[in-house]
Amino acid sequence: MQNSSENKLAFALKSAVAAGLVAMVLAVPIIGLPAVDIGGGTLGLEPRWMHVGLAAIIVFVGRFLLVSTADKRAAMSGDEPLFERMVKPVAQYSKPIGLLVVIAAIALPFMPFANRYVVDVATLTLIYIMLGWGLNIVVGLAGLLDLGYVAFYAVGAYSYALLAIHFDFSFWICLPMAGAFAAFFGVILGFPVLRLRGDYLAIVTLGFGEMIRIVLINWYDVTKGPDGLSSIPRPTFFGLPFKRRPPEGIESFHQYFGLDYSSMHRLIFLYFLILLLALVTYWFSNRMRSLPVGRAWEALREDEIACRSLGINATNTKLTAFAVGAMFGGFAGSFFATRQGFISPESFVFIESAVILAIVVLGGMGSQFGVVIASIFLILLPEIFRELEEYRMLAFGAGMVLIMVWRPQGLSIGRAPSIRLHGDPGKGGAS
Amino acid sequence: MEEFAYFAQQLINGLTLGAIYGLIAIGYTMVYGIIGMINFAHGEIYMIGAFCTVIAYLALSALGIGFLPVVLLIVLIASMFFTSAYGWAVERVAYRPLRGSFRLAALISAIGMSIALQNFVQLSQGARNKPVQPIIKGGYELFEANGFAVQISSIQIIIWVLTFVLMAVFATVIGKTTLGRQQRSCEQDRTMAALIGVNVDRTISTTFMIGASLAAVAGMMHVLYYGVVDFYIGFLAGLKAFTAAVLGGIGSLPGAVLGGLLIGLIEAFWSAYFSIEYKDVGAFGVLVLVLIFRPSGLLGKPEIEKV
Repeated sequence: MQNSSENKLAFALKSAVAAGLVAMVLAVPIIGLPAVDIGGGTLGLEPRWMHVGLAAIIVFVGRFLLVSTADKRAAMSGDEPLFERMVKPVAQYSKPIGLLVVIAAIALPFMPFANRYVVDVATLTLIYIMLGWGLNIVVGLAGLLDLGYVAFYAVGAYSYALLAIHFDFSFWICLPMAGAFAAFFGVILGFPVLRLRGDYLAIVTLGFGEMIRIVLINWYDVTKGPDGLSSIPRPTFFGLPFKRRPPEGIESFHQYFGLDYSSMHRLIFLYFLILLLALVTYWFSNRMRSLPVGRAWEALREDEIACRSLGINATNTKLTAFAVGAMFGGFAGSFFATRQGFISPESFVFIESAVILAIVVLGGMGSQFGVVIASIFLILLPEIFRELEEYRMLAFGAGMVLIMVWRPQGLSIGRAPSIRLHGDPGKGGAS
Repeated sequence: MEEFAYFAQQLINGLTLGAIYGLIAIGYTMVYGIIGMINFAHGEIYMIGAFCTVIAYLALSALGIGFLPVVLLIVLIASMFFTSAYGWAVERVAYRPLRGSFRLAALISAIGMSIALQNFVQLSQGARNKPVQPIIKGGYELFEANGFAVQISSIQIIIWVLTFVLMAVFATVIGKTTLGRQQRSCEQDRTMAALIGVNVDRTISTTFMIGASLAAVAGMMHVLYYGVVDFYIGFLAGLKAFTAAVLGGIGSLPGAVLGGLLIGLIEAFWSAYFSIEYKDVGAFGVLVLVLIFRPSGLLGKPEIEKV
């Protein structure tokens, strides 16, 4: 017994030393020898050997703790990992919890702590929740890996902005049109590429996302290129603008309701707008799951060949998933445009697609509730740690890797099948 | 004649660009062949290779070593060594624990790794781009037509020769050595390879290291050719190299090189004859067309799905 624990310690030490050495090798060029400008535009090296040693020691200690406590951690969690035990009650009472979350979300702007910043961050989180739910239709339900979702977001935002600027349409007219445009783009893109297998599809959609961005940058006459489109009309509350001094003959929101003017009104209105849009997305995709086409999506995700042999038209079915997902991306895009009042191609870079995809996958593909948790995790946490601005994206990337390694199936506990052959068919649905 | 000269110049530039893409594409195609995943972080590995080149070069000039062939050789070896260490570490940390998990998990992990590496380099090396004085100067004028001189620089010749030599070495390694046989057996059937005594983990690690060291060479060529490097070069180059790998038929090594050359040529000619702003659109457009009409790529074997 003594011997074996000693062996284990020796093993942990050995693997920690190896990891530390590798970390040292990795750190020597990139951390240890930064190439800096030493005047006159020439580069020189400024060695930082301390940092290299520090990196090696951190990796050594981390690896040692990880390996030496592996047994204990395994013993502690027992048959059922700790995380599962924690999540299980949540999954069991998903309906009441979901209701509570919605009520909390509605109540949020009226809380005493809800200042400008809180409402802004909550709105941002809701945009990503909505995008996550939209992409969930494509990735989670239909099993199509889309790395260019941001393209539809961009199409929605730009079509909203252009329609609102040039034709002076109101938000509620532009919104469905922007969604339709995005869906149309989804069909155009989907038609040639949906016959491809998963990975190819991923890369083609990625390429498509980049293409849209390049077009946005270079088509100066329409999109104003890198300068972006500004002075996008702000939304109105059924025709009542949120302005301190509305133009002649128009009553503004605070005048109509006899309130004092506050810039918070608009923010709160935007917050409720995105909450509504997100809930519509949720409700819509949940209803789709019990329609034949939604069932076909999920069946297609599980086994395409079986689906074909049952007479499901795979291309058309995938195309609908792509179009519906794109449509919600377009909706979210038009909300984004109206919220910002300014859009430029910089908002639609690949990293956005990666974040949205990460939300879906971290949430556990196909799980609606998981999307909410993952969005809060990925959007809220970096916001809280804003002081560490520089390290934000590094932590974001590293976090993605760690979470995947720790829980490849995502944060939510297993997804219940929508329909069962035997047993309780009514109990299925989203968790 | 003038037009022909212009065409020849674009051909030379395109082939140089294509050699760089081809070297990166090999890394994608090898990893895809052996574990069936898109190593999304490979573009960043190329970027790290370029940085290692700059750092090694600066270190040598600080030490006072100035004899060009020696400098190039040491820089090449150092860059390949450190970059392949990165390739190894990336596989060990981000991919190995996910082997056997569902495919998307590895891809997400790879995307995360790519973001992390990019920001890691940005933080430790600074966000400014790093200009390097031209290391190799000079060139040859091939011919002149109505005042338009077709030139080929020494760097371009070095890039071609180096690419060609590396391809030959690499083909020999894969085709003739034990390592190559192990690699090909893992590609066909990992379980069976393990049963007959191939160390699968080690083979996969070696694959990543070879891919990374070829990317390091590509990174070095980037530094020599453009003379500037920043932390963001990996994304687009990686994307195009992956496009090249798919174009040539993913999993096929000659295909990766062919695809790389084609993408380089498309980019050069597109910039020259259509519009330089839309050169990336051209490359992706060609990719989409190829995938529609020949989904398995130019040299790839069609994949047969079995129930």
